[in-house]
Amino acid sequence: MGAPGSRILFFPLAGFLAVGAACQKNQPGPPPPDSARPLSGTVTDTDLTRLQQDDGQWVMPAKNYASTRFSGLNEINTSNVKRLGVSWTFSTGVTAGHEGAPLVVADTMYLVTPWPNILYAFDLTKPGAPVKWSYDPKTLGAAKGVACCDMVNRGAAWFNGRVFFNTLDGRTIAVDAETGQPRWTTQLADINRGETMTMAPLVVNGKVLVGDSGGEFGVRGWLTALDAGDGGIAWRAYSTGPDKDVLIGSSYKPFYASDRGTDLGLTTWPGDAWRIGGGTVWGWISYDPDLDLIYYGTANPGPWNPDQRPGDNKWTAGMFARSPADGQARWFYQTSPHDLFDHDGVNELVLADLRIGDATRKVLMRADRNGLFYVIDRTSGEVLSAAPFVPVTTNRGVDMKTGRLIEVPEKAIKAGVVTRDICPPAPGGKDWQPMAFSPATGLVYIPHQNLCEDGEGMQVSYIAGTPYVGASVVFKPGPGGNRGALTAWDPIQGKPVWEAKENFPVWSGALVTAGDVVFYGTMEGWFKAVDARTGELLWQFKTGSGIIGQPIAYRGPDGKEYIAVQSGIGGWPGAIVSADLDTRDKTAGNGWGGVLADLKQATTKGGMLYVFSLGSGQ
Amino acid sequence: MNARAMLALALCAAAAAACARRPARTIRVCADPNNLPYSNREEQGFENRIASLLAADRHATLEYTWWAQRRGFVRNTLKANACDVVIGVPSRFEPALTTKPYYRSAYVFVTKRDRGLHLQSFDDPALRRLRIGVQMIGDDFSNTPPAHALSNRGLVPNVVGYTVYGDYAAPHPLSGIVDAVDRGEVDAAVVWGPQAGYFARFARAPLDLTPVSPRMDTPSLPFAFDISMGVRRGDTELRDELDEFLVRRRGDIDSILRAFGVPRTDAATEGTGS
Repeated sequence: MGAPGSRILFFPLAGFLAVGAACQKNQPGPPPPDSARPLSGTVTDTDLTRLQQDDGQWVMPAKNYASTRFSGLNEINTSNVKRLGVSWTFSTGVTAGHEGAPLVVADTMYLVTPWPNILYAFDLTKPGAPVKWSYDPKTLGAAKGVACCDMVNRGAAWFNGRVFFNTLDGRTIAVDAETGQPRWTTQLADINRGETMTMAPLVVNGKVLVGDSGGEFGVRGWLTALDAGDGGIAWRAYSTGPDKDVLIGSSYKPFYASDRGTDLGLTTWPGDAWRIGGGTVWGWISYDPDLDLIYYGTANPGPWNPDQRPGDNKWTAGMFARSPADGQARWFYQTSPHDLFDHDGVNELVLADLRIGDATRKVLMRADRNGLFYVIDRTSGEVLSAAPFVPVTTNRGVDMKTGRLIEVPEKAIKAGVVTRDICPPAPGGKDWQPMAFSPATGLVYIPHQNLCEDGEGMQVSYIAGTPYVGASVVFKPGPGGNRGALTAWDPIQGKPVWEAKENFPVWSGALVTAGDVVFYGTMEGWFKAVDARTGELLWQFKTGSGIIGQPIAYRGPDGKEYIAVQSGIGGWPGAIVSADLDTRDKTAGNGWGGVLADLKQATTKGGMLYVFSLGSGQ
Repeated sequence: MNARAMLALALCAAAAAACARRPARTIRVCADPNNLPYSNREEQGFENRIASLLAADRHATLEYTWWAQRRGFVRNTLKANACDVVIGVPSRFEPALTTKPYYRSAYVFVTKRDRGLHLQSFDDPALRRLRIGVQMIGDDFSNTPPAHALSNRGLVPNVVGYTVYGDYAAPHPLSGIVDAVDRGEVDAAVVWGPQAGYFARFARAPLDLTPVSPRMDTPSLPFAFDISMGVRRGDTELRDELDEFLVRRRGDIDSILRAFGVPRTDAATEGTGS
């Protein structure tokens, strides 16, 4: 026995241990006002179902429970949008990727930054919208080393006089919307085990719904409901494991036979593989108040390679409908059973009532990582259509009898084997960046990438003192050469109506308004307004950095319509710039290095909020 | 020159030998603060020992930049110019300029000696009957070579996955898989040599460590890796200096590796440690 380390030494590791967060109890707030939107003063309305329909405000990142990102405002429209100008700006002082959406509640705007996750409130009644308060949650720096793909945060949520948001180090925090004082903090994810939190919460019936990130670290995915009052855990639904952990019980009635059976979250995995099976919940949640069901997606199975986890790997890479009261599952549909391509099932689910055939169907729409645009009956989970919205070589659509994806296994990436023209690649036809739906045009506006990938043999890597090997994956532009586009999609016909091609992947969210204008941003930093019916470019403004944020619309205290968006390159592809990755390595950023080698010339990092209105700055 | 100046000159000349030994430079090492047996903040790992040897050899003070060795480690340390050398990286490690290898180790089978399993090959039929622990990476389409090798042979239902990261709140995050063999949770584990060699010493029952065979699986899946020091790409001056150090102090480095039970598949000086 050698002298060094003759016993295993126990020591606390300062700075990396998750902080046991203090839990402050709810203070009763003033009673709700009569009007949904007073011109000034505090809104403490508990009726989010009503508030999310008010086009003057933007009380949740997706605008409304249906996640349409449609604003009924039309002061800014196709005929005057060219007069849009900057009204005011705000520098976040943060250089990581800004994927978030601002919120506007009454006369206050709220904004949460990427790590270190500082929450700002802006007073919209005053010129230049000065900061009303800010709250610094002191997010642990160690969380940065755990986050897979930049240190993003996708936004906050508002309910009953409080703002709720997640921190990269795994906490959900409630802050008094008026004073900026913290009300409670609940530690949910453990960065020491690779879990982080990046998603925006959704509040439904007094419950704050949040999920975890970190599938690549072998965590087990979950969605958790917290009591908005005190932060206590009301329920937690895991994405793998026995039915009792997944909250599958007597109310569970999936449409397809392959999703029926006992404990499929165990039996569709070899051995105990489900224990570290992934299925994290880092995307979006929608809610149908009439059906009283929430809808959300689960991420890819991990950290196993596909051949190490034969089986369907329930309940990863699919979508759940659940009761928000107790979390009990109603139905599940798996977009990518036994996922071969890192095609997470977390993309947003947009709810609409569509005329299909002779009937009006309550549907949800999903532009999936796997390249298919799904229209699904949200009462039952039945797939009504699934059409490719990008070039696809990895599957041949969906078997409409069984609901099962028809995969092309020979396109799967294997270490040591060259596989070319895998479309869509790991980031999918579309990743997290949310689309918008206009009831006025009946079209869905999909921000997406146009990429394929080659798996080219073996690469030696090293992590935590362990050498390992894997396929060296290199992304490349898809057919046409443009690496991204905003596509207007007819969900009933299942085909594109127009397409605005972009040089880089469109990694920003989309916004559509009753003025028939679609807003989105590019990775070069252009903020664009296009005609919702034709795709014609109507206006553009070059912001300081690439845009990967989510644009919103609201009516200011002065009665004018405003459009807001965050600029600030980053995210999974944008980390090429924000983290200064070495593009000589084509596999840098897990495949982005080569295909986005020119992004560093196109933009530089730095977070800034831009707010636009008609006639400003002119 | 006045008398005073001459005196100063004489003093300096007299003190020259001592001056030369005074730390004139700082060796800046990038390391994980909680990654035994390699390194920790208390400087108890073998990479800490090698770093101390290097600093002493260069009459330099030693300074660490601590960062968890996860995705972004090189980017946030070496590449950010916060430090200049990573003590251990695979010799074919793209993100850094690497020295000549100073040791070579392999993935090893870890079993309890009293079980008498004598595992040597991934093709041993006994593997089908055993519960086998293996470490998982989770980077897309990447994994540890034994994880690939086992699934290539259809050894799947009896495989138990442990994340390579472990629980970073624990005092030694990497020990879990070897502990699992010791506790009988798995019959065997396939573990990277330096980790297996170190943690096997703390097992309650004696453990056997056997380098896996074949040494290379088709198609071109290696189980043994050369380990070098890593510096910033382009920093050939430091790389050359380290190469010279590694050759000249090879015996001392081998002693450190032997003291930590690192299984070697190359020839170490003064007899191999394995």
